[in-house]
Amino acid sequence: MSTHTELWHAMVVCFSAVFTGNILLTTFLGMCPFLGVSREVKTALGLGLAVVFVMTSTTVLNWLVYRYVLMPLQLEFFRFIIFIIVIAAFVQLVEMILDRYSPLLYQKLGIFLPLITVNCAILGASLFMVIREYRFLTAAAYGFGSGIGWLLAILAMAGIRQKLQPARIPRGLQGPGIALIIAGLMALAFIGFTGVLQ
Amino acid sequence: MKKRSPADVAIQALWRDNPVFRQILGICSALAVTNLVLNTLVMCAALTLTTAASCLTVSLLRKYTPDRIRMMVQTLIIAFYVILIDIWLKAFWPEMGRALGPYVGLIITNCIIMGRCEAFARFNPPGLACLDGLASGLGYAFVLLAISVVRELLGMGSILGLPVPWFATHWDKWIIMVMPPGAFFTLACLVWLFRSLAPNAEGTAK
Repeated sequence: MSTHTELWHAMVVCFSAVFTGNILLTTFLGMCPFLGVSREVKTALGLGLAVVFVMTSTTVLNWLVYRYVLMPLQLEFFRFIIFIIVIAAFVQLVEMILDRYSPLLYQKLGIFLPLITVNCAILGASLFMVIREYRFLTAAAYGFGSGIGWLLAILAMAGIRQKLQPARIPRGLQGPGIALIIAGLMALAFIGFTGVLQ
Repeated sequence: MKKRSPADVAIQALWRDNPVFRQILGICSALAVTNLVLNTLVMCAALTLTTAASCLTVSLLRKYTPDRIRMMVQTLIIAFYVILIDIWLKAFWPEMGRALGPYVGLIITNCIIMGRCEAFARFNPPGLACLDGLASGLGYAFVLLAISVVRELLGMGSILGLPVPWFATHWDKWIIMVMPPGAFFTLACLVWLFRSLAPNAEGTAK
């Protein structure tokens, strides 16, 4: 019974991380690449997929590290440094493995991987998971859902920006200005999901 | 890099190269903590302190840091100060610590600090680096405060929790302003304003 309810809880958390609590549109994490790398759908997709992968894995890793290393040693306040190191090491490792075994994938995703280390959404997901005291399965679902939510947001943004290219935008609003307004409208739309989950 | 006077460094960091407007950096927390002015003040103080202290430390260690691992060293230095602030908040102001939640920790990944360390502090003497960090932090704080005043005033009719005369009574509160979309719109308008006002704003942001 308890595993059943936990599974259900994990699914709810995953769903809400994608829609009602989208990590980008409600907690504003990962804005820099969101504005910087959202000119083309193709690159946005590549970066988004890389984020989904790294976010899921690092949330799981950080959960394990936090629960089995930091908590027994009572070093919880050390989590900032440890999480950053785990994320950086993981990204480096993935880069090396990809480079060695799948050059094609490396060419596609490789350029995005270093960018991800400094993506605050990745660290943010790990910090949120600690603050909300998720259990293992829930934490994994949360990491995955947040990644998917981020991917969704940046894809939509890139699509809109591509359509917007021929439009004549006031000079001061070009680039990041208009991108922020689009993001605001998207956030408004995502508020519509509130209430789907209780 | 040529020598620059302290005043020049400060003005550059505060206004001409304002990190938020010009470079659109570090806006994650700019948007997240600006729904109330008080939260913003604390966040700004934390960020300014971290930036100044990290720049000072990076600059002090600039001759002893091997180039290859400098990013890691910088991250550790920044994380050190952030942990200090986090512990201080937990000990003396737990409500604020909870309100800011993960955003204190996220100062570490705030691109502004890393950017200043990387672009300025590691080439310049400690005094100048510290000043640059301080001014960058203040430039950032100034934008955050502007955003938060607009948001709290329009959204709640108050500033710092104190009701503003006309707004508290006659203003139809725009709750949307204290919600996430309001943050996007406010920042967009400020960026628009700044880029239209500032001279030679080519606006070629990445």
